[in-house]
Amino acid sequence: MNANQSLLCDFIRFSSIDGPGNRMVLFLQGCNYNCVACHNPYTINPCLHCGLCVTACTSGALSLEGGEVHWKPSRCKGDEACIRICPFDSTPKARSFSLEQALNEIRHTAPFLSGITVSGGEATLQWPFVRALFAAIKSDASLNHLSTLVDSNGSAPQSVWEQLLPVMDGAMLDLKCFDNALHQELTAASNQPVLNSIRFLQSQGKLHEVRLLLLPGRNDDAQLLKQTAAWLAAIDPAMRIKIIGFRPHGVRAQAQHWPQPTAAQMQSYTQIFAQAGLTVQAV
Amino acid sequence: MSLALRSLKVLQNPVLSYPQRVRQLAALAEELLDYPPLSPQAQAALERRVICDMHEGKAPYRPRYLLPDYARAMAQGSAYLELPPPQDLDEALDFLLMLYTQVPSITTYPVFVGNIDLLLEPFVEGLTDDQLDRRLLRFWRMLDRLLPDAFVHANLGPHDSRVGRSILRIERQLGQTVPNLTLRTDPQLTPNSYLLEAIQTVFAVAKPHFVNHPLMVQDLGPNYGVVSCYNSLPIGGGAHTLVRLNLKKSVEEHQGSLEDYFAHTLPHLVELTAQLAEARIRFLVEQARFFEHDWLVQEGLLSLDKFSAMFGVFGMAEAVDLWMQRLGQEARYGHHPQANDLALRITQHLAALVANRPMPYCQGHNNRCLLHAQAGIDTDYGVTAGVRVPVGHEPPLFEHLQAVAPQHPLFAAGVSDILHFDDTAKRNPQAVLDILRGAFASGMRDFTFNLCDNDFIRVTGYLVRKSDLAKIEGGARHGSDFWAANSEANFHLTQRAAKRVSYHERQPEPAV
Repeated sequence: MNANQSLLCDFIRFSSIDGPGNRMVLFLQGCNYNCVACHNPYTINPCLHCGLCVTACTSGALSLEGGEVHWKPSRCKGDEACIRICPFDSTPKARSFSLEQALNEIRHTAPFLSGITVSGGEATLQWPFVRALFAAIKSDASLNHLSTLVDSNGSAPQSVWEQLLPVMDGAMLDLKCFDNALHQELTAASNQPVLNSIRFLQSQGKLHEVRLLLLPGRNDDAQLLKQTAAWLAAIDPAMRIKIIGFRPHGVRAQAQHWPQPTAAQMQSYTQIFAQAGLTVQAV
Repeated sequence: MSLALRSLKVLQNPVLSYPQRVRQLAALAEELLDYPPLSPQAQAALERRVICDMHEGKAPYRPRYLLPDYARAMAQGSAYLELPPPQDLDEALDFLLMLYTQVPSITTYPVFVGNIDLLLEPFVEGLTDDQLDRRLLRFWRMLDRLLPDAFVHANLGPHDSRVGRSILRIERQLGQTVPNLTLRTDPQLTPNSYLLEAIQTVFAVAKPHFVNHPLMVQDLGPNYGVVSCYNSLPIGGGAHTLVRLNLKKSVEEHQGSLEDYFAHTLPHLVELTAQLAEARIRFLVEQARFFEHDWLVQEGLLSLDKFSAMFGVFGMAEAVDLWMQRLGQEARYGHHPQANDLALRITQHLAALVANRPMPYCQGHNNRCLLHAQAGIDTDYGVTAGVRVPVGHEPPLFEHLQAVAPQHPLFAAGVSDILHFDDTAKRNPQAVLDILRGAFASGMRDFTFNLCDNDFIRVTGYLVRKSDLAKIEGGARHGSDFWAANSEANFHLTQRAAKRVSYHERQPEPAV
């Protein structure tokens, strides 16, 4: 892990869905979860340079040189044949991206932004880079009006959050499921670190919001949601909750045909959290 | 087709309302007169449509855009209207409505109804919000029902006001296309909470349009208004005429190098366009003698020394793309720095040429024309408005802003880029506010944004409701709806194709 270098999947300059206001979002490559319902599974693993995508590319943007896959952005038409064919949940477009490059791009965009969000993949796996980036933003007079947020699966230990706290304005954490057995089924990981992160970040005043991706018939049982709401409200009754209804966009084949919540289901999820006193938004 | 036959077709046209027929017959009457004298070269260029008079008519007898000083009228009363200065809000609203009926423009009705918050704020003391809303709602409804089209334009800002907030509430409630609305925005003077209220109003009814107030004040002085489709002009004055140069055609007609285009073709065409403006201005001032007769001038609400004319350009996108092809480069306007740089060089060159061409009766702008990126008319087949990126080929928002922002400071009389926002913006109005502030900090002058999920489409700069377009074959109360139907058919502004209805404010049928 390197504070001056990240493995970046991609960045977008303008996003209205990754925190308050208009935000530039960096998606770091690599995740320690393997969620069945992942919306961008190509961000999970680093590239193995197997070259399969080179044969699939229709725009001549990929080549295999010296055993490594190279991507030429100027040629890329963006039809994502590479991502569709990759059997290893990766992308040939993930690239090494330095702190200086990141800051340059942020400087160009800063007049239009409320802040920066680092997402992924799992951003905290590259915490030294995230810390260095946020520290550089906070110490630069032309950038320190930008708020710094992390979008995370919440698996990082307290020690990692402690590294980020001095320069991070907040974290948006996913709680995939309050029931641990179900959580393991959905993510291949325990939810204990996530619950710890929620408690810890809230105690530090750095929990921006908790996000729940709800999958009808899988993690949307009313009793379970009531327990979840009660647990969250006991930590902070004013906690901001975002309910995200499952959509099949971008997911792997096995989840393609999972049902999306109906408007009525979204309404009933929302009610459960609102009744617990939480500030809830459904999207 | 003879004028007699064209007149007969107008007065038999079942799609047109009676007032629409009267206005078209008046336009046809102008066709009987000779065009103001032009040099043979300007005449030929006009016939080739490389230069264009916006089909204003052969004999201009009122300025195209005029911005009466309504504040002065309300302070002094009007001898012509036999009205004393208004004393309360009801009297003020009546006063303005009566005054509007006497204000001409190219559309025959006012294109500017004033900086409405500044005009009315002195009368709101002592009224509750509810009382204010009831009165302004009736007033706003009357503007829509009494005035014939969506080129009618009201302004707000830059300061927060009770009147402004009330109008934004009413706009969301009524969902009218008339009047068009601009919020004059100053990063220092316009509070975020007011801007957010305005942004929420755009989500509902696609207005207001936002303008960069400090930049406008720098170019036009503190007393200006935004009228019709993004035309910014001094209050108490206006624009005698709007002529425009088709940049696409200017390149198509040019044979030779790029340097030769800058050295000879552009200066020559700018001169011909200026001659067209000059001929029309001289007719208006010297032959029609508008400024000697009109009561608005006699009562000091308009004065000739605040007028100038607008020099419009359009088709920048095609002009630049043609040059890039000729130069063997794959760059496209809006997408590649080489193309954007060439566009900027063309505009800078045009600005210098226009600034060096004296123009009679244009004391309102140092005896020169004001440069304007013209927002298009319904019959502009295959030519993109002003310096816009062609519909459907707009780059991502950030790149779009980067491409067009450097153009904006050069167009004192207005420039229009319509930006499309994803519907997710609705849940995050602060994100729109961030982008608006960033755009103005980057030097943008005019900022309009659209969402695709409401009933409104912004055409050149005016608004039309999709629900009105859907029933256009049965006619429409607002003349601008017919224009919008043609624009929709010709440019596919939405996915849904409306059937074409033959209508033109000036030329109801092609003058074959």
